[in-house]
Amino acid sequence: MKPRLAVLKFASCDGCQLSLLDAEDELLAIAGAVDIAYFPEASREYLDGPYDVTLIEGSVTTEHDRNRLRQIRQDTAMLVSIGACATAGGVQALKNFGNVDDFVSLVYATPDYISTLSTSTPISDHVRVDFELRGCPINKHQLVELIAALLVGRKPNIPTYSVCVECKARGNPCVMVAHGTPCLGPITQAGCGAICPAYNRGCYGCFGPSESPNTDSLESWWQSLGVGDDEWIRTLRTFNAGAPPFVEAGAKTEARR
Amino acid sequence: MAHIIDIDGLDGLIASLKAEFDVIGPIVRDGLIRYGPIGSVADLPRGWTDVQEGGSYRLEPGNTEALFGFVLGPDSGKTNLFPPRAPMWTYREGSFSATPDSTRPMAIIGLRACDLAAIAIQDEVLLNGPYVDSHYAARRSQLFIVAVNCTTFATNCFCTSMNTGPRLESGFDLGLTEVLDDHHFVVHVGSEAGASFLAGLDQRQATSDELAEADQLIDITANSITKRLDTTDIAQFLADNLESPRWSAIAERCLACTNCTAACPTCFCTSPVDTTDFDGSAARERVWDSCFSLDYSYMGGDPVRSSGSSRYRQWMTHKLGTWIEQFGTSGCVGCGRCITWCPVGIDITEEMAAMRAEVLAKEAR
Repeated sequence: MKPRLAVLKFASCDGCQLSLLDAEDELLAIAGAVDIAYFPEASREYLDGPYDVTLIEGSVTTEHDRNRLRQIRQDTAMLVSIGACATAGGVQALKNFGNVDDFVSLVYATPDYISTLSTSTPISDHVRVDFELRGCPINKHQLVELIAALLVGRKPNIPTYSVCVECKARGNPCVMVAHGTPCLGPITQAGCGAICPAYNRGCYGCFGPSESPNTDSLESWWQSLGVGDDEWIRTLRTFNAGAPPFVEAGAKTEARR
Repeated sequence: MAHIIDIDGLDGLIASLKAEFDVIGPIVRDGLIRYGPIGSVADLPRGWTDVQEGGSYRLEPGNTEALFGFVLGPDSGKTNLFPPRAPMWTYREGSFSATPDSTRPMAIIGLRACDLAAIAIQDEVLLNGPYVDSHYAARRSQLFIVAVNCTTFATNCFCTSMNTGPRLESGFDLGLTEVLDDHHFVVHVGSEAGASFLAGLDQRQATSDELAEADQLIDITANSITKRLDTTDIAQFLADNLESPRWSAIAERCLACTNCTAACPTCFCTSPVDTTDFDGSAARERVWDSCFSLDYSYMGGDPVRSSGSSRYRQWMTHKLGTWIEQFGTSGCVGCGRCITWCPVGIDITEEMAAMRAEVLAKEAR
C-alpha cells in the first residue's frame, strides 16, 4: 500500500502548498508514489486519517488552531511543517511584538467578533514536529527531495548552513563584498538557491536563521555599510520575525538604543 | 629566451587555442573580474583595475589600456578545475555506473603566479595521493595555461611571504608579461605545447632591453607588496597555541559563512551527496563542503566543531600549519582572496600577527 499523504494549512497564504503543485516535472511521479489522501488545495476528495505523512503550512494564531493541531498530530505518523509560518510563525508573528487588541480595534469594524491568540507561533511550539522545511515560500526542489527521501527512508539533503554556500556554488559574487549591498545571507539558512544575490540584491532572510548565525558581527558590518538600527531591526522582522535568533538580535539592538 | 607578441599576436593565440580548447579568461561580469569563455582580445577587461580591502572589492576604470591591469577576482584555477558540483555515479536497476568528466579540454588565460602555485597544491592533494580524483585529473591533464606576470598588486596580496609570486616560475605553457610602452607582451615558453602554439604566431625574439624592462615591472610589483605573513616555524607555533584567546576573538567576528573556503584556490573539501529518484534510480554528486559548516564535522550525533572558534581554528591551523606535514607545502599561496571575500573582512595575516604578538607579550611578562 502506498504511503498516505495529507497537506493542510493554518494561518498562512497557501503559497507553500502550491509549491507541491508547482513541482510540475515531478508531480506525476509523486502522485504515483504516494496516496494523496487529504489536500483541499488540490482535490475535493477528503479521506480520513490516519496519514503516514502530513505536510503542515501556516502558524498557530487561534485557540481553535491549537486544538485542531493536537488532533492532526494524533492522526499522522510523521508531521512535517513547511514554510516560514509553520516553522517560525511567519510575517504574522509581527503581532508578537505589539498588543493584539490594538491591532484588532484598528482593523475590524466589530472587534468583538475576533477571537485570536496574542501570538503567532510555529507548529513545533505546540506539538512534536519530525522535520521542518524552511522558506517563504519553501523551495519546491527541497520539497521533492524531502518526499523522495521519506519514501526510501533516507536522510533528506536539506542543509542548515548559510545562503553563502549556495551563493558561491552558484557562482555568484558576494554582493556585500563586491557592491557593498547589505545581505542577510551569512546568517540565513540555505535552500532558496541564493536567488536574490544572483540578481545583485541582498538576501532578505526568507529561510530564517542558519545553523550558527552570528547576528552581532553581521550587524556591526551592516553599520559600517550605513545601515541604521531601525533598518536592521526591520530587516530581521519580516518573514521569520518570530525565529528566536532574529528575535534576540532585534531585542538586543532595541535595548541598546 | 623570450619572445615578443603584440595585441594582435595575443588575439591570434586565442584564435588558435579555440581550435583545440574551450578558451577561458578574465572578463567583466556583475561588476567584477570573473573567469568565463572568451573569443578574442576584445573580451578581456581592457582598462579595468580592482581595488581590494578586507571585505571589499571594487572594479574601477584604470588609467591605462592594460588588458591585465587588475590583480584577481574571486575565481582561480579551482573554479574550472574543481567546480562546486560534479556528478560521481548513477544507479539504475541494480547497476552502478561512474559518471566520467565530459568537459572539453580547457585553455585558461590570465592565471597569476599564486594561482599556479595553488594548482600545484591541488595537484598534490587530488592527483598525487593514494586516491586520484578522476574528474580533476581529466580536466588537469588536458589543461593549457597562459599565465600572466603581475605588474600590479592589491593591498591583500602577500605572495612574497609565501614564495609563490609575483613572478611566474613554472606550471604554465606560456607566460606573459604585459608592457604598456608600445603595448606588447614578453612571452616565456613553459612547455613544448606552449612552444608550438607560439611558433604559429607573428612573433620575434625579445631583446635584452625588452626582457630587462619586463623583469623590472615584476620587481617593482614584488617590492610594492607590503602585506606580510611571518611563516617562521609556523606549524609548530600554531600547534603550541591551540588554546590562544585569539580564536574566540576571531569567532566574535567570524560568520562561519564559508566564503573564505570557497574563494581559497586550494581549499578542496567536499561531501558526497546521494539522492534517490521516484523511479528507483539514485545518484551521487561531489559537492564543495567547508570546515565552517556544522555538518562537516558531524560525528556520532553531534558536530565535533560546534563553536565558531573551533571551526576557524581548524581552517587556519590546517591552511598554514598541518597542511605542511600532510602535503609538504603550506596550503596558503598568499593571494589574499580569503581577506577580500570575507564579508566582515577578517584578515588571516593580521590574526596570525596578533597571535604572535600576544605570545611575545606573554613571554616578556
